[in-house]
Amino acid sequence: MRLILLLAIFFSTQAAALDRALVDKLGFGESDEKVVAINAIAASGDPRAAEVLGALAEGELQTSGKLVIIVKNDEAFDAASGDKLALPEEREDVVANNRLRGAVSAALAALKLLSPDRQQRLAALKELSDNAEGADVAMLGIVRRALAAETDPGVKPLLEQVAASLELKGGDREARIAALQRLAGSSSANAKTLLLSYIETEKDADLLAEARKSLRAVEGKRAWAERAGLAFTGISLGSILLLAALGLAITYGLMGVINMAHGELIMIGAYTTYAVQTLFRTKFGAAFDWYLLAALPAAFAVSAAVGMLLERLVIRWLYGRPLETLLATWGISLVLIQTVRTLFGAQNVQVENPAFMSGGVEVLSGVVLPYSRIVIVIFAAAVLAGMWLLLTRTRLGLFVRGVTQNRAMASCVGVPTHRVDTWAFGLGSGIAGLAGCALSQIGNVGPDLGQGYIVDSFMVVVLGGVGQLAGTVYAALGLGFANKLLESWQGAVIAKILVLVFIVIFIQKRPQGLFAVKGRMADA
Amino acid sequence: MMKRRGFIRTLTISAAVAAIGLGASPVMAQQKTVKVGVLHSLSGTMAISETVLKDVALMAFDEINAKGGVMGMKIEPVVVDPASNWPLFAEKARQLLTQDKVAVTFGCWTSVSRKSVLPVYEELNGLLFYPVQYEGEEISRNVFYTGAAPNQQAIPAVEYLMSKDGGSAKRWVLLGTDYVYPRTTNKILRAFLKAKGVAEADIMEEYTPFGHSDYQTIIGKIKKFAAEGKKTAVVSTINGDSNVPFYKELGNQGLKATDVPVVAFSVGEEELRGVDTKPLVGHLAAWNYFMSIKAPANTEFTKKWAAYAKAKNIAGHKDKPLTNDPMEATYIGVYMWKQAVEKAKTFDVAKVSAAMGGQTFKAPSGITSTMDAKNHHLHKAVFIGEVQADGQFKVVWKTKGPVKAQPWSPYIPGNDKKKDEPALMAEKK
Repeated sequence: MRLILLLAIFFSTQAAALDRALVDKLGFGESDEKVVAINAIAASGDPRAAEVLGALAEGELQTSGKLVIIVKNDEAFDAASGDKLALPEEREDVVANNRLRGAVSAALAALKLLSPDRQQRLAALKELSDNAEGADVAMLGIVRRALAAETDPGVKPLLEQVAASLELKGGDREARIAALQRLAGSSSANAKTLLLSYIETEKDADLLAEARKSLRAVEGKRAWAERAGLAFTGISLGSILLLAALGLAITYGLMGVINMAHGELIMIGAYTTYAVQTLFRTKFGAAFDWYLLAALPAAFAVSAAVGMLLERLVIRWLYGRPLETLLATWGISLVLIQTVRTLFGAQNVQVENPAFMSGGVEVLSGVVLPYSRIVIVIFAAAVLAGMWLLLTRTRLGLFVRGVTQNRAMASCVGVPTHRVDTWAFGLGSGIAGLAGCALSQIGNVGPDLGQGYIVDSFMVVVLGGVGQLAGTVYAALGLGFANKLLESWQGAVIAKILVLVFIVIFIQKRPQGLFAVKGRMADA
Repeated sequence: MMKRRGFIRTLTISAAVAAIGLGASPVMAQQKTVKVGVLHSLSGTMAISETVLKDVALMAFDEINAKGGVMGMKIEPVVVDPASNWPLFAEKARQLLTQDKVAVTFGCWTSVSRKSVLPVYEELNGLLFYPVQYEGEEISRNVFYTGAAPNQQAIPAVEYLMSKDGGSAKRWVLLGTDYVYPRTTNKILRAFLKAKGVAEADIMEEYTPFGHSDYQTIIGKIKKFAAEGKKTAVVSTINGDSNVPFYKELGNQGLKATDVPVVAFSVGEEELRGVDTKPLVGHLAAWNYFMSIKAPANTEFTKKWAAYAKAKNIAGHKDKPLTNDPMEATYIGVYMWKQAVEKAKTFDVAKVSAAMGGQTFKAPSGITSTMDAKNHHLHKAVFIGEVQADGQFKVVWKTKGPVKAQPWSPYIPGNDKKKDEPALMAEKK
């Protein structure tokens, strides 16, 4: 390793072109040689190092005969000198597998540590601390130089961490002790990995004790990060359950209609999103990322319209006859599934995420919150707030509450109960449509989409207490958490079973659900 | 000449039989066509993978028909939809064999569907071509397996990840959908890993139900497991449309291939359609064919498929034609069956089966695939590919040539005593 360093320093004195022997190794060598060459090229500090290594990672590095070339947009350049060449006919790709790409990205990041741009340095540090292999020991020289030059208080601690992990591999005893102490301040998964593998190989008792102490500190911090991550997955699943169940909380919870077609209303919302997306792709390609904004009202409107139609044509005649309603709506659900299958085909359709919903934000080391899920949590909260306002602050909300609490009395004081029923059912269906729009962003959209959510939705509403919005919220979040906790403990299959068993027992003990409706109910 | 004479003979015989009044079967009655069943899910959770196999089978039939059919008889496809519903597979299979009297069936993807139709094919002495990689542990007289056995896919993939180039993985997550194929494959892999000195604590096994769509916890668990001090790799046997949310979550959570590589056995070009593969670059798949393979036979195959998809207006493929391993295996199967029928000069199942052994076909993967003389499995080359930003796979490792299938994995105790050929009826009972 020392030898490589020396070599690297030697090469760095020749600035004009990269060492051809190294570049040739990059092109023709075995994987081991390639990794050595990557690090040597990076450590040379040559201005063209980044270009050549980048080309390797991007698959632009090719070989032709005995020459290593970079091919960009059908133009060829000599990899070592950078001179333009005629594009050769016979070319072979230099295959960059995971191992080489990892080495390249670590090496490139190490180079950027010397960049004058603060953002670049921070990005490079993030890359180095995320990279499982970490930087190669050959980079120690560069990192030391960067550390000596670094003055920014926001960058230095991170750089010290990265330097520490390298010193641990290549430093002397003093440096290693200092490095171990420094690593205790880290919370990254890689610090833990590094310490664990270090403990396995270290013989020196002092160093070993120091390493163990640091490991405990890192593990303590990691445990918190993991708990936070688990909590978020619980909230995320809870918000999805809530979205799926909110519409049902109105149609079943408030109106008492056992609507087996609820899942299909969700599915219709998802398909509407798909249709809007397709429309945007063909008609307004430039604004594609914003198709969701148009899809939301569309999904609400279409599902609400279907719901209102159902209410007018079928459900209206079956009020007060739960068994018939159940059968009729179940039949309708089959009709809806088959209709969609005929219109869109039996296969799943693809709903693409807008660009801003791909990826995630890292809140704690190792805890990445995907944007799509954050958006859905916020969206669920917004829908909930909107529904609450609608029910408590508007005339329609007043009517709905009035009709569901005492239909006869409401009718006596002049509330058009039939029309209110239609509106309320439409509202519940529309919210199911919104749920479909949200679900299309994280799951598959197919004709059977609704089937997967109908049981969950009923579970949430029944557990929460029929007729109780607050109950629905608590039940959704509670089930979300319970499911995720059990899943991380026993796996997805058992978790699902345990949750169902829990609900069966709970409903036996408390048939009215979490929150019972108190007081006199005339229409019960 | 031979073909023509065979045809004339068939004609005369069937005419004679019809004249005597025994020719009640539709095959005989129509004289010029032979019915062939296609048994793939066209709806439900497996439709994502299986629909296209139906289409590629139909394409192969069209090609054969255009060149005069099989022994001069045109292929008449009978397509049924078992809808990802395992008992329905058995029902539809029975319908194909008793009602439509098909000479052969191309079908099934999941092992649970194959296990469901197997008794039907054995009872009614039908012939099934199964085009998907699977867990082995089975040789049936009535089935030809044109997909990979574990030693042609799973074992080489794990060996690659153990190698230096694969990242020298030391810890393993075996992740799958909860049914027979992932469970058996993981049983074999566990035994294999143990034989290679991997400790029990360094293996994690996880299963999710069919159609599972929330992979947050699983990815969180993988991250936690990976932070235990050794290089970790994930072996995924997730099947069907669950793969879309799985890979989406993988990308969103930023689990990179350079840190924790995921190698999949049931994910190909088709399953990744519609997934943003930029965050997934470097994750792996092991197959016996990739669309990106450079070989004249493959260029021809992909061209034919693109033209066919356009002509038949196949959703998705008409704009972006994709081919994958099970499609290739289906295609090979159809042609090998044709060759075997023409060698046997009859559609009789036992005679066609006997003629299958030793059949060869110039496969799109660039090698010449041979049907093993005895064990009903193909000799295939193994490729390992990394996902690219455009959703294609780049081959990073391959075997030197075709590998003989070992349906009875040597890593399962007791298998050394089993015979590498189908059992006779008498032995089975």
